[in-house]
Amino acid sequence: MKTLKYIFALLILSVSFVSCSSDDDENIPIETNPVEGLNKIYEFSEADHSVEIYSEKQILEVGYNEISIRIKDLTNDKYITNARVTWMPMMHMATMEHSAPHSMLSNSEESSVYKAHIVFQMASNDTEYWDLRLNYSVNGQPMEKEFSISVVQPADGLKKTQVFTGSDDTKYVLAFINPKAPKVALNDMQAVLYKMESMVSFPVVENYKITVDPRMPGMGNHSSPNNQDLTYNAATKKYEGKLSLTMTGFWKINMKLLNENGVVLKGEDVTEDHLTSSLYFELEF
Amino acid sequence: MKIFISVFPLRGTLVGCLWCALFCGIFTPKLSAQETPADSLKLINLTEVVVISTGKKLDHQKQRKPLSTLDEFLESSRSINMVKRGAYAWEPTMNDMASERLAVTIDGMQIFGACTDKMDPITSYVDVSNLSEAQIGSGQQGAVFGNTIGGGINLKLDKSNFKPTGWNGSLESAFETNNKMRVFGGELNYSDEKFYANTDVIYRKADDYKAGGNKEVNFSQFEKYNFSVNSGYKLTDDKFISATLIYDEAKDVGYPALTMDVSLARAVIGSVSFNQDTLFGNLSNWESKVYYNTIKHVMDDTTRPDVVIHMDMPGWSETAGFYTQANFNKENNHFFFKMDGFYNKSYAEMTMYPTNSNEPLMFMLTWPDVHTKDVGFYAEDHINFEKSSLKLSTRLAYHSNAVADDFGLNSLKIFYPEMEKTNSRFLKSFSAQYHTPLSDFHFNGGVSYGERAPSVSEGYGFYLFNSFDNHDYIGDPNLNTESSADANVSLTYKRPVFEITATANYFHIFDYIIGKVDSSLSTMTIGADGVKIYTNLEYAQLFNASFSGRYNISNAFKLTGNLSYHRGVDNDGENLPLISPVSYRSALDFYKNQYSVSLSVEGTGEQTNYNPAYGETKTAAYATLSASFGKRFFINESDLFVKAGIQNIFDTYYSSYTDWNNIPRMGRNIYTTISYSIN
Repeated sequence: MKTLKYIFALLILSVSFVSCSSDDDENIPIETNPVEGLNKIYEFSEADHSVEIYSEKQILEVGYNEISIRIKDLTNDKYITNARVTWMPMMHMATMEHSAPHSMLSNSEESSVYKAHIVFQMASNDTEYWDLRLNYSVNGQPMEKEFSISVVQPADGLKKTQVFTGSDDTKYVLAFINPKAPKVALNDMQAVLYKMESMVSFPVVENYKITVDPRMPGMGNHSSPNNQDLTYNAATKKYEGKLSLTMTGFWKINMKLLNENGVVLKGEDVTEDHLTSSLYFELEF
Repeated sequence: MKIFISVFPLRGTLVGCLWCALFCGIFTPKLSAQETPADSLKLINLTEVVVISTGKKLDHQKQRKPLSTLDEFLESSRSINMVKRGAYAWEPTMNDMASERLAVTIDGMQIFGACTDKMDPITSYVDVSNLSEAQIGSGQQGAVFGNTIGGGINLKLDKSNFKPTGWNGSLESAFETNNKMRVFGGELNYSDEKFYANTDVIYRKADDYKAGGNKEVNFSQFEKYNFSVNSGYKLTDDKFISATLIYDEAKDVGYPALTMDVSLARAVIGSVSFNQDTLFGNLSNWESKVYYNTIKHVMDDTTRPDVVIHMDMPGWSETAGFYTQANFNKENNHFFFKMDGFYNKSYAEMTMYPTNSNEPLMFMLTWPDVHTKDVGFYAEDHINFEKSSLKLSTRLAYHSNAVADDFGLNSLKIFYPEMEKTNSRFLKSFSAQYHTPLSDFHFNGGVSYGERAPSVSEGYGFYLFNSFDNHDYIGDPNLNTESSADANVSLTYKRPVFEITATANYFHIFDYIIGKVDSSLSTMTIGADGVKIYTNLEYAQLFNASFSGRYNISNAFKLTGNLSYHRGVDNDGENLPLISPVSYRSALDFYKNQYSVSLSVEGTGEQTNYNPAYGETKTAAYATLSASFGKRFFINESDLFVKAGIQNIFDTYYSSYTDWNNIPRMGRNIYTTISYSIN
């Protein structure tokens, strides 16, 4: 019966053969630097403090820009956590000037980092330029700093910001946020929607709906299933939904903007005769 | 996006298995109490055996077309029909069920094609030069080879098996006029009581074939070569080890019925086995084998005109496995036990090149690196009663699939957000088969139950284009196990000069897996009509009946005939696709004084039960007539055999229900075969 042992060993082997699996233990180290991975795009120093401005991008671009600001107290080399920073971007053109949609800076996530976003509607050039005014306080002393910033068109040339007038004669700004790195998957999609009340006032539009219909113009306008229309999330003040992309390549995200009564303000359905909506984003990956 | 299939991680385990197997053999105490070894072959009560071997000179006489492709050999079987997408790599179907419902093995080895579009059934990776026979088991009679619904086919390799024949070799060549197919083959064998080695090589090259009326079928060319070695070494009188290696490569294979061709289909198949006459004193014919095979398949559309979007579609399939089996006889019970397992990795991708070259490439995983594990136990008991016999068999298997590639998993989650990475199931099979002779009659009847897991495409396919119904297909990882309850009867009336057999079988298949249109989905393939999702139908029913006869008119003349009827419907009474209409074949064979002549007719009735929803159109009735003539010469010690024949004598233009997209079949074809063997 010696052989039985070997048979048994063979059985064990065959069992281990079916139970093999690989476990990928992903131990992501806890991040300590709050501006890790961000690019410092501007920095200026005053007598007792310095201001650092960070972006995910190398340079500010037309569209949605998430910006982080830190103010360092040079007397103790510590970042100030009660600076109450506010800002105002301004576009200076030959005959007029206007602001850009932006959110309120907040340090609730990380006490030393003031974070918010600006949606630039246009690029700056030789005669038309953007500047940014910062108001903040250092040790109770109010400060103001205004400096010019340069804003360029995104290098990929893809349309990710739409400035348009809806059927209600209101001017809207719609900007794409996520997915920043699209995947062949069901992606979380995010966008911001502002309306232009005046040259300097761009309030967030709440409770509208944006339908999404991703298409591949290069593949006979192939579409993908299980997309979720973007709806307003009051907590993030953004429009959120799901975007499914079935393959890599060039995608056109066709959209329609509906107000709270379901009236279409902009955009059309994609049909065989009408291949694209007038309201769209472009993605490539 | 480059991808590499990593070196098989379980190779170590395999080597372990092999060592273990060898260990068992070497250290097993020699058992002297030798009983007459039971005839193990008899125990596997197969439905049919198709003799293939070209090496055996005597067999040439029996075969109407000795060096034809393996596909043609299989098609000559009563139970097998071949689905044709061109002149090469036909897909076997049995009881009107194709690859995913069959267990097809090569010498007991599980192999899975690497093409998402079924352009490489595993029968395309061996050639007639390697094989001795195809063992065919209908329904659960095929469960010995694996989990199946429709049946099992095992392609048995040709081996010398320690026959004291010494050196021998042969050269073979064939030519066919229709597609100018050139076949060159040769084999060299050595065998004695201690050692044997068989080597063979075969090369085939064919141009486009012409359908009836001299109409050329574009993109039906192919070129392939196959090389194999197998050898055995006797360790002691009662044990030996053997090893097999097959290398098969096809290039420039046209698929006229599809939108793409194949630039490369390559398989490397290897195995090592250990055999011992007895085990533990009671078990006999103990055989253990470990095997590994790897397949690469590359689709290609660069030679096609008017391609809307150029695509690269390579696929890989890698399988490693083992089995160990033995017989056990106790009084009237003849047991057969087998334990087997395999591990398969299937990966396929698609890259599309946009017309606007500034846009990024479009990439998707069509098979998301699916890892399939299967371990099964098979047992049968063949019980002999005084006159009758009963065969009971069962297969119990654990089967699991895992999506190993995150890109692929995320892709599928678009459709199935809740899907799990792995999916396992327990598969069962039971069957009872009874045989009794009643004077001149033989009655055979049986009932069985079997289950199968969805195939990789059915479970995990991602936008697989099916040109038959012009739809893109998406798999469903949550499919239920498909199961089948079936019954079969056959009655044979046997007299010395003639024999008539009537057989019928019925399959009631629960959770029948088939693609159903989901009109909410948008097609991926430009020009496709829609998207289908693999779904479980509540049930489907398949019925097959055939009537066959043989009449020995005289010693020299023999008449055979076969008529069959098939029907397949789903739970709404709708026709299932690819079900044969009434078909018949008949042949008159003459053999005397080394001359052989045959005349055969083959045809089908009109296809009245077809289903346009699956892309079928009604195929018309057809009949073709073929003839062959052969002569064997002896030159000194050597043996020269010449055979010539003509197929489709009247150059009929036709296509059958098995012809993908109704591509027409070959018109008149004259073939010649010469084989010369040196003993």
